[in-house]
Amino acid sequence: MEHITVVGASLAGLATVRALRAQEFEGRITVIGDERHEPYDRPPLSKEYLAGTVTEEDIGLTDSDDADLGVEWVIGQTAASLDTAGKAVVLADGPRVGTDAVVLATGARARQLPGGFPQGVHTLRTLDDARALRSELVPGARLVVIGAGFIGAEIASTAAGLGCEVDIVEAADVPLQRPLGAEMGAVCGRLHARNGARLHAGTGLAELVGETRVKAVRLTDGRELPADVVVVGIGAQPNTEWLAGSGLEIDDGVRTDEQGRTTIPEVLAVGDCAHSYRDYTAGWLRLEHWTNALQQPAAAVAALLGREHSAPAHHSVPYFWSDQYGHKIQFAGHRRADCTVQIEEGDPDSGDFLALYLNSEERPVGVLAIDRARPFGQWRRKLAKRP
Amino acid sequence: MILVGELAGLPPGESVRVQGEVAIAVFNVDGELYAIDDTCSHQDASLSDGWLEGCAVECPLHAACFDLRTGQPSGPPAKKPVRTHAVSIEDGLIYVHESTRVTVGGAVVEEVG
Ligand code: FES
Repeated sequence: MEHITVVGASLAGLATVRALRAQEFEGRITVIGDERHEPYDRPPLSKEYLAGTVTEEDIGLTDSDDADLGVEWVIGQTAASLDTAGKAVVLADGPRVGTDAVVLATGARARQLPGGFPQGVHTLRTLDDARALRSELVPGARLVVIGAGFIGAEIASTAAGLGCEVDIVEAADVPLQRPLGAEMGAVCGRLHARNGARLHAGTGLAELVGETRVKAVRLTDGRELPADVVVVGIGAQPNTEWLAGSGLEIDDGVRTDEQGRTTIPEVLAVGDCAHSYRDYTAGWLRLEHWTNALQQPAAAVAALLGREHSAPAHHSVPYFWSDQYGHKIQFAGHRRADCTVQIEEGDPDSGDFLALYLNSEERPVGVLAIDRARPFGQWRRKLAKRP
Repeated sequence: MILVGELAGLPPGESVRVQGEVAIAVFNVDGELYAIDDTCSHQDASLSDGWLEGCAVECPLHAACFDLRTGQPSGPPAKKPVRTHAVSIEDGLIYVHESTRVTVGGAVVEEVG
């Protein structure tokens, strides 16, 4: 194998390149990325970067060592198709990048509302998105966030901190139901009211009001919330449309095994675009977790190069965090619909706590904590040791 | 010099936090002892609660890895090193010698043992 192409120049793509060199691949590496920026870190976009407490330089992912990786960066170019028979990635403006192997790390993009909308309506996924939003979150601005998921909640929190008036609209009765369940979703949802942002749950977006510039958000229950700025935070979808016709199995992301191997030899997928088998849940999961994008590539590269690889046990336990209103929310494991919640310590009604998710056999399969990092870490260790 | 405790109380694979001028994390890696600043250089996480993998510790919050020998981060999101400190053992007791190393932009400008 002489030439490996990585499609996607964000965290998973960069982690792939670093893993290739760390695992002694000495051939050519090409990285194709559709954003015109060098790899940067996304979690701060809804937090410190949006708040203005860190700079673009601070969130850059590359360091001086990366110059020695000997990578050909093809930045600001979109991969348009994958020719698996002809072993090439075809770029949008025509050129073919011939390659012996491909690692797909194209990530996900913010889901958009259908149709056009007035100015002042944003999504947040990229640095350019964050720049645009940041310039509008001035003190006193009225912000309406559509969707009270983690991104929406973090933006609401940051905006409240910047002195904006914040309303959050959530179509479900309780936010964060899918990752956390109704009970804990409600607990997290209460953080908003406690910090001066208004959560309107159980009502959806009916219409964005405003001709050239957004003026208000009309809700399905008939109310109208005045708005200077609107952020649509209704989830993300994997960037896999370009792979249609490649022969890969696409089903909410690229289907892979635990190591990131697809059904086509020498084509692997990692990070947010990969719908991978997970030993932890004994099933397929597409994860949008930062740690997955950081850690999955090393296993995929080992599989590609035929190297031995043993990841630390805790890397198999899905993990994510969220920072809201000065509180640290951490979750590890996986919640299934039949899980019950057991408060281990603290009090969810008043502040910091730790809760376990028990499966139908009463065994812990997930742990959630707010501002309890130390016991959370201990439970995460126990989950990692789970037989 | 800070007394950490008995060597027998810190078996291989374990870590402990002690208080010097700042909090310091002490690790036992297969019998070799290492000490670094306990607070991650990225944000506010305690590295003594991290995951020990070989000669590195992975931050429990955002998974940056630090080389225990040099304090250098080997991956994102941390960019700055943490300070390292000398460790000695006398009569079965572990001591940490807190360094007063000053770094500017990642470069050591002054080191006092
Ligand atoms: S606090 Fe350690 S990596 Fe972020």
